Amino acid sequence: MSQHQNPRRAFIAAAGASVAGLGFTAIAPGLHLMAVGEANAAPRPAGQAASPAIRWGLLIDANKCAPGCTKCIDACHEENGVSEQMPDPRQNSQWIRKIELVDRRNGKLTTLPMMCQHCAKPPCVDVCPTGASMKRADGIVLVDRHTCIGCRYCMMACPYKARSFVHAPLTEQTPGTPRGKGCVESCTLCVHRVDKGQQPACVEKCPEGAMTFGDLNDPESVISKRIASANTTQVRGELKLDLGVRYQGI
Amino acid sequence: MATLNPRHEEGLFYALAVLGGAVSAIGLAAALYMEHSGHVVTGMNNQIVWGLPHVFAIFLIVAASGVLNVASIGSVFGKKPYKSRAPLSALLCIAMLTGGLTVIMLDLGRADRLMVAATHFNPTSVFGWNVILYPGMYAIVAVYLWTLMERRMNPYSKVAGLATFIWRILLTTGTGSIFAFLVARQAYGNAILPAMFIIMSFAWGLAVFMIVQKTMFGWNDMTLHAAIRGRMKNLLGTFVAAVFYFVATYHLTNIYFAKQTAFEEFILLSGGIFPVLFWVGYVLVGTVLPLLLIYVPDLNRLRGSVFAASTLVVIGAFCLLYVFIIGGQAFPLEIFPGYDVKSSFMDGAIDHYSPTLPEALLAFGGLGIAFTLTTVGVRVLRFLPQDDIAELEAAGSIVD
Repeated sequence: MSQHQNPRRAFIAAAGASVAGLGFTAIAPGLHLMAVGEANAAPRPAGQAASPAIRWGLLIDANKCAPGCTKCIDACHEENGVSEQMPDPRQNSQWIRKIELVDRRNGKLTTLPMMCQHCAKPPCVDVCPTGASMKRADGIVLVDRHTCIGCRYCMMACPYKARSFVHAPLTEQTPGTPRGKGCVESCTLCVHRVDKGQQPACVEKCPEGAMTFGDLNDPESVISKRIASANTTQVRGELKLDLGVRYQGI
Repeated sequence: MATLNPRHEEGLFYALAVLGGAVSAIGLAAALYMEHSGHVVTGMNNQIVWGLPHVFAIFLIVAASGVLNVASIGSVFGKKPYKSRAPLSALLCIAMLTGGLTVIMLDLGRADRLMVAATHFNPTSVFGWNVILYPGMYAIVAVYLWTLMERRMNPYSKVAGLATFIWRILLTTGTGSIFAFLVARQAYGNAILPAMFIIMSFAWGLAVFMIVQKTMFGWNDMTLHAAIRGRMKNLLGTFVAAVFYFVATYHLTNIYFAKQTAFEEFILLSGGIFPVLFWVGYVLVGTVLPLLLIYVPDLNRLRGSVFAASTLVVIGAFCLLYVFIIGGQAFPLEIFPGYDVKSSFMDGAIDHYSPTLPEALLAFGGLGIAFTLTTVGVRVLRFLPQDDIAELEAAGSIVD
């Protein structure tokens, strides 16, 4: 990851090692510097291919995820222009959703955001007839909107129900996120932001600092260090899909 | 039919052709409406992503492959009574394949991107394989038909029949594998499914063949020889029983796995419409009653009993596919075992599916296309099975 460092990241790494460790730091009464885990990555110049040396990922701490909070969902949908409301809500696109879990043994409530898990071995990519479902070299699983034929086989194959089908014509798309009727879509890990050296919108807007974004291949990255030191889970780990999204606290 | 004079008979043909054409046209119009409006006008959603059109399309595609069994028994396995039935079996295959594929294609979110599907190939996708298997089926069956109906090509019919036999086994393996390769959902991801789909194709294809054959014989005031009827009826019974064996094995295996028992309890007992369709539609109407009609002597001697049994098998097939495809999606994915799960996206919740008119019309449009192609095909070309009973008896192929 060191080859991808930029000055801002270097500054944060030098000045804020404790930020990553402590979650967030008070810099003035009532004002907090939020920990966003991995600092911003270097922008990827136009025309340069995504690097297979990187594996972008997320670590989500369910212990910090506040019940009832939907800031990550709001941020995602605003960033990606997911605003349409169908008459049947089951037909709405949901790139990220909040799941409430109640442990049947002790009644403990846990909430967490669920989205595309950006598998290293994604079933959606295996089953897509045209290759529209694809995994980028840096681990981000995407849908090529030019070649998706809307067969929804990937939705049948996704073990996380992470994909949505656009059920009606759209008019409110954002420039960075191509979307359209009749195609399947899912969390892009805000690839358009990541390529500019920014964090995914959900990570940036989480008020609890529950989400950490970074390079899983870089042992020095915050996300890798946290995964190395904490007990983390891959959802439906028995499928051995090698997920890019890991959870703490479940 | 025997009482119809030629003018009335011709009028009836045109009426049927117009009826089939109208159902097909309405189906196409429904698809256009869905294409224009989006799938918001259907009952499908982000949980139940495949609906009624897929039930009909998969029935037609599976039966299309199975109906060729009749030809294979004649060409590949050398059973003489089936040889005269090979052309009709090939016609029905092409007709049903066309109906089924039309529905699948028109249900795509981007049906206009058919060329993309044809020019972008992902070798790990079973759908991708099908892009090769389905057009290949057309080509191979067309060649087979040619060798059957063009006298000079007759010597090649055995080779063409063998190639067709192998191809259709591959094709139905591909259809079953669409579901067998899905790890995500409890209903699928099971190696028994390709084999189950093959045996389902045998039963459903033969049932369709029997219905069409009976109708054509009735139209032409002909009677199927009792011995041939007996053979085909017993074959149908064997296939129906074999399908039941596979279906029972599939469910019993699931019941044995603790992680699958909740799903089986849903499908077989508590899941509302699905247990009803399974037990009443598939088991009783689609399996038990046909087997009684086929094997109980007092019943199978009744006029029309084989036709009735075949019709019930087809009804049972639709019920079984509905339970398998829709029921399999209605049950929630078990993403977090041991937790009660809730979300805005139907996590942990049983979904319900109500097909809307457009998707139902598209689904029936597929039947309309298959019906129209068959009706016109048997009218303009010689597809009527002609049995030379004396020759068959002399060859020892039929025994009363």
